Amino acid sequence: MMMSKKAAPEKAPTKVNNCTQDKVFMVVLHIILAFILVMVIYPLLFVVFASVSDPQYVNSGALLLYPKGFNLLGYQQVFRDQRILIGYANTIYYTVFGTILAVAVNMMAGYSLSRDDLPGRGIIMALFVFTMYFGGGMIPFYLIVRNLHLTNTRAILVLLGGTSVYNMIIVRSFFVSTIPRELQEAAEIDGCGIARFFVSIVMPLSKAITAVIVLYCAVGQWNAYFNALIFISDRDKFPLQIFLREILLTAKTYESAEVLSTLSGDDLARMQRMSEVTKYGVIVVSTLPIIALYPFLQKYFVKGVMIGSLKG
Amino acid sequence: MAQAEIYSAKGAAKGQRKRQRTLKLMRKNWILYLFLLPAIAYIGVFHYGPMYGIQLAFRDFAPSLGIWGSPFVGMKYFDMFFSSPRFSMLLSNTIILSVYNLLLSFPAPILLALILHYTPNLHLKKFAQTVTYAPHFISTVVLVGMLNIFLSPSSGFINSLIKALGMEPIYFFGEAGWFRHVYVLSDIWQNAGWGSIIYMAALTAVSPELHEAAIIDGATKLQRIYHIDVPTIMPTMVILLIMSLSNIMSIGFEKTYLMQTSLNLTTSEVISTYTYKVGLMQAEYSYSTAIGLFNNVINFTLLIVVNWAARRLSGSSLW
Repeated sequence: MMMSKKAAPEKAPTKVNNCTQDKVFMVVLHIILAFILVMVIYPLLFVVFASVSDPQYVNSGALLLYPKGFNLLGYQQVFRDQRILIGYANTIYYTVFGTILAVAVNMMAGYSLSRDDLPGRGIIMALFVFTMYFGGGMIPFYLIVRNLHLTNTRAILVLLGGTSVYNMIIVRSFFVSTIPRELQEAAEIDGCGIARFFVSIVMPLSKAITAVIVLYCAVGQWNAYFNALIFISDRDKFPLQIFLREILLTAKTYESAEVLSTLSGDDLARMQRMSEVTKYGVIVVSTLPIIALYPFLQKYFVKGVMIGSLKG
Repeated sequence: MAQAEIYSAKGAAKGQRKRQRTLKLMRKNWILYLFLLPAIAYIGVFHYGPMYGIQLAFRDFAPSLGIWGSPFVGMKYFDMFFSSPRFSMLLSNTIILSVYNLLLSFPAPILLALILHYTPNLHLKKFAQTVTYAPHFISTVVLVGMLNIFLSPSSGFINSLIKALGMEPIYFFGEAGWFRHVYVLSDIWQNAGWGSIIYMAALTAVSPELHEAAIIDGATKLQRIYHIDVPTIMPTMVILLIMSLSNIMSIGFEKTYLMQTSLNLTTSEVISTYTYKVGLMQAEYSYSTAIGLFNNVINFTLLIVVNWAARRLSGSSLW
């Protein structure tokens, strides 16, 4: 709402003001911008190129400007890895259910907190915001979850999937600025209760904010790793990120010793050679859903930042 | 932007309300409390619950006795931490990493926002925004994984560049001296674009008349940035600075932990990673809680002090 159609007033001045200093400024600006863009894009493109290149180029550490010796062997390896499949399925599960739950909680709470006819909302808000700046720490948190017998369950990852005071504040700011009080009063006079008002009037008016919260929670869940690290010990419940850590950071490129022992020497050498390419493939496969969707959803993400900034 | 508006707009302070009216409202709007219930339960259990557990820091935790039953030992674990040989290393690692990160990561989005704001071609600007926001969506695990392979001494392309320049390859993850640089630079790479969004919004709020007047007076673009744009986005800068200053002690556990190797621990072991190792890997619950509490108290104190100072100095603050 605020970000659209900017820079329009900026254009006219550019034409009027033509002194040399400004020309130099514009040249330098474009050089810096080009540098920044190359620095940001190249690593991303490199991953994609390397994932479909011949291992011999990738292992030599060459700078790839395009895929060299195109092949999909890396991806074959990736999709043969049970860990990726299990991790993917689990992550989708956690993301879908975690997001549904978190969006419902955030929207309802945000709406309630946006109403100025809610006695005690100041205190509740203060108690909520306080938790953004102070917490009990890792161990007390861990013990609470353990006492609830939620460690090593899928439920805990779903429960912790994005309900956050920050999100509630975004929702609240949105409602405060978009749902006029008159609307609510009119509905009340017509005999519409709060629940019905929320479901049939507020929700349809807040598709944008719902999208923002859905995206925030979904991306957060997809990329989350900490909660699974401390709470989950069964491999068949691991989300993708935990397996990614294993593959990318602990050099356990292969599933298990059993798999290794079934391989002949030739196969082993081939897998060793493939390991770098496979890593690139793993990165692409795990990150692609988000990076590919993001440009189409960019405006919602940006909107979220804007609304969030209203309250600082 | 309109920080104060939200607070004042709908007459937030209704403290003087009569009790009866309050009760009537509560009865009328009871369903709003129902809406809040899940959030209250969540915050209560997962945020206030752990705060109740803070007392562990002052007790010798025995699982069989529970939190209340464990014997009270006062400041034992704090003394243990302060006199531990690791204390000064952990504290300085945490502070150096955060301050270094803040010094570079704080101005980066501001500069980027100014560059994007002054990019005249709208398509280029849009493209640059899309590109620079993208790394924000990469998970920490993948980011550190990418760093690991790019910086590998044998097969990473960074090191093949270094070799091409005739220098010795650098084992970035194996030398303690490199940890901070890699951490901070990759942080800028990942988050500067995303951080610039908020400044872009603040910059569009600059009134065009100011720029027109400045142009008529013959101001160059640099002068306009310095005298018009920067003062306008100053409140945003102050707020964000308060937030990052108050987080100085809680430098990201995830990324630091993932970037640790046995060779760079002398610079990469920070309080949060140590809390994790002591608490969950060695199961020293009380000791770990004490270290965590020490950290959180410093953080919270910093927040209050910085917020107070910012309000005195610049008039903008979180509350």
